[in-house]
Amino acid sequence: MKDLYSLFRFSLAGLRLLVAMTLVLGLGYPLLVTGIARVAAPWQADGSLVTATGAHTTDPGEAVGSALLGQLVDDPTLFQPRPSAAGDGYDPLSSYGSNLGPESPELVAAIRERRAAIAEREGVPVGEVPPDAVTASGSGLDPHISQAYAALQVPRVAAAHDLSEDDVRALVEEHTEGRTLGILGEPRVNVLELNIAVTRAAAPAAG
Amino acid sequence: MSEIVPTLLQVAVLVAALGLTVPLLGRLLAHAYTSPRHLAVERVTYRALRVDPDADQHWRTYAMSVLGFSLVGVLALFAFGRLQEHLPLSLGFAALPTDGAWNTAVSFVTNTNWQWYSGEAALGHLMQMSGLTVQNFLSAGVGMAVAAAFARGLARRGGAGRVGNFWADLVRTVLRVLLPIALVAAVLLVVMGVVQNLAGPHLVDTLTGGNQAITGGPVASQEAIKELGTNGGGFYNANSAHPFENPTPMSNLFEIFLILLVPFAMAWSFGLIVGDRRQGVAVLTVMGLLLAVSVALITWAEMAGPGTAPQLAQGALEGKEQRFGTAGSALFAAVTTGTSTGAVNTMHDSLTAPGGGVALFNMMLGEIAPGGVGSGLYGMLMLAVVTVFLCGLMVGRTPEYLGKKIGQREIVLVAAYVLTTPVLVLVGSAVALTASDGLAGLQESGPHGLTEAVYAVTSASNNNGSAFGGLTSGTPFWNTLLGSCMLLGRFLPMVVVLALAGRFATQPRLPAGAGTLPTHRPLFVVLLSGVALVVVGLTYVPVLALGPIVESLS
Repeated sequence: MKDLYSLFRFSLAGLRLLVAMTLVLGLGYPLLVTGIARVAAPWQADGSLVTATGAHTTDPGEAVGSALLGQLVDDPTLFQPRPSAAGDGYDPLSSYGSNLGPESPELVAAIRERRAAIAEREGVPVGEVPPDAVTASGSGLDPHISQAYAALQVPRVAAAHDLSEDDVRALVEEHTEGRTLGILGEPRVNVLELNIAVTRAAAPAAG
Repeated sequence: MSEIVPTLLQVAVLVAALGLTVPLLGRLLAHAYTSPRHLAVERVTYRALRVDPDADQHWRTYAMSVLGFSLVGVLALFAFGRLQEHLPLSLGFAALPTDGAWNTAVSFVTNTNWQWYSGEAALGHLMQMSGLTVQNFLSAGVGMAVAAAFARGLARRGGAGRVGNFWADLVRTVLRVLLPIALVAAVLLVVMGVVQNLAGPHLVDTLTGGNQAITGGPVASQEAIKELGTNGGGFYNANSAHPFENPTPMSNLFEIFLILLVPFAMAWSFGLIVGDRRQGVAVLTVMGLLLAVSVALITWAEMAGPGTAPQLAQGALEGKEQRFGTAGSALFAAVTTGTSTGAVNTMHDSLTAPGGGVALFNMMLGEIAPGGVGSGLYGMLMLAVVTVFLCGLMVGRTPEYLGKKIGQREIVLVAAYVLTTPVLVLVGSAVALTASDGLAGLQESGPHGLTEAVYAVTSASNNNGSAFGGLTSGTPFWNTLLGSCMLLGRFLPMVVVLALAGRFATQPRLPAGAGTLPTHRPLFVVLLSGVALVVVGLTYVPVLALGPIVESLS
């Protein structure tokens, strides 16, 4: 009985603390961070949006996507991203991986199918298809592909856009990031930024 | 191999950053938990709360304060979830179902952050920032307060069961430590690319004529405390794999740093509170050693990439982000399960069989290497008591830890602590695997399916919160089972810890004698590591053998 009474008493003190902390931590803190972000890094705070010319913007109306998010590439002449398990593919409203295990028959079948399809699309033996090309990322929104997967796609993209392979390779190079400080992460190619560059380079020829 | 050098250097940078900051933060924490002076803002808070911050509470009163405060937290968050549709900034999302709202309320108040829902498809911004972010701070603060009370219990002599003041511990933890660090970290995360706004999803027309929803939200402010408080609940479903939560390899390492900062600093502060820095360093070393081994094992497993699917793809990249690569993903996986964080930057269900097995084992260890904020410290100290007890038995003397006798009553309490979580894990897993509602949630069959279920119950009972995400857990059965595991796995051990703190506080502090086992030497570090592994090994080997071990050998 005595314990129950003290539990009740402390719950009341707890309630007062919770209300105070909700004001400080649940409104003051996030709104302060939002305010600082608006001033210090407005582009990042609003999702790192880019326009069709590759310029930064904070206006979703003129953006073609986010530099941080992969998107479906519904054009067989452009660089293709990794497979995605987010919704119907690259849907930020249901970000996730497949969560299929290493022995999952479903995953094994999917990898086999993707390997065959990519090898046929690029006209190479299946052994040359790199691992990131046949596996879905954790977020389903991975904006990057490996340098190997980009290199694999260069001949197809160059031919489709009447560009020389060297020119396209130079564009890939331009949109490749190495390891941060030489040690963090993996070298990677941003697919959206690369496709924007390819589209722009091909624009005069397309007339 | 060219991968090895960057992998090692990445760890070296992390160790260097922690080496510089942990002693500083440890000193700040020790000061917060021992100083008699209050800051002006704190005094205002205590007056508003109508509590006396200088009242030295008996452990029973301290425990009642913890429970009363947490009870209110659960009820408030439950109400928040149920009333979501009527609140501003709800983005049109409906109320959470009863079982789901309860599960989430328990999950965030217990510092677990198990998530049955998908953030971007179920929660509005107000629920995220004024409900979940607040509990991220407070649940972390509660864990740290209890650890501080335990350290004080060991440091005192003849304290008549008194272990300090919960309200002062909690308020100081939040205002002096967590809030300032989180504020700086959140701003740095925004600069690195993490989103921070109050906008709903905007549709943009993509390059090839489709459209894509760009999701907004107060993400950075939640991300910072999610890692710093070892909470782990993602703003988005994909958690720290989502580019808006963890955009670059740099932000990845920064988040890993934030996760480890407080758990290690708590160990450092422990040494200062008991008046012998070496004691804290010894505990910290055990934590570091166990973590280093698990980092090495998961990294090796993921780089070697055993298993049918990784072999076929020529790399274990399913569920991993290209920007982090294998090394950045494996390090995160080891750190998030070695602490009770549970944030993920790679899908653990898709880890290789040995890699996923080590992640599971990390949680089974009881979240002590280095564990959650506060809970990691008191968990490790419980095992330290077990270690001196076992060594005392071997030489036939009454064992003591830091001058406190480990008698019958003390060791009964420690045994209760050590047994609580394994009972929850094994009974909970058995219930899940015998109920059709439990089996219905599994994505896969065979050993991997078993691991999915055991992983979920282990994660909940140890307050980790990470998942083998193939499990469909948003059902009344799983929400109820896992919610119960989280609740019991958090508060039963806490009450035991406080009871033991009270007993220790009452005792005098004996001077070390010839038969005293020194608890700051390398020998003790080895013994404690061994005890941690043996206690867990003996408990869980059968279920590990049927799950990840069988899968690794297949």
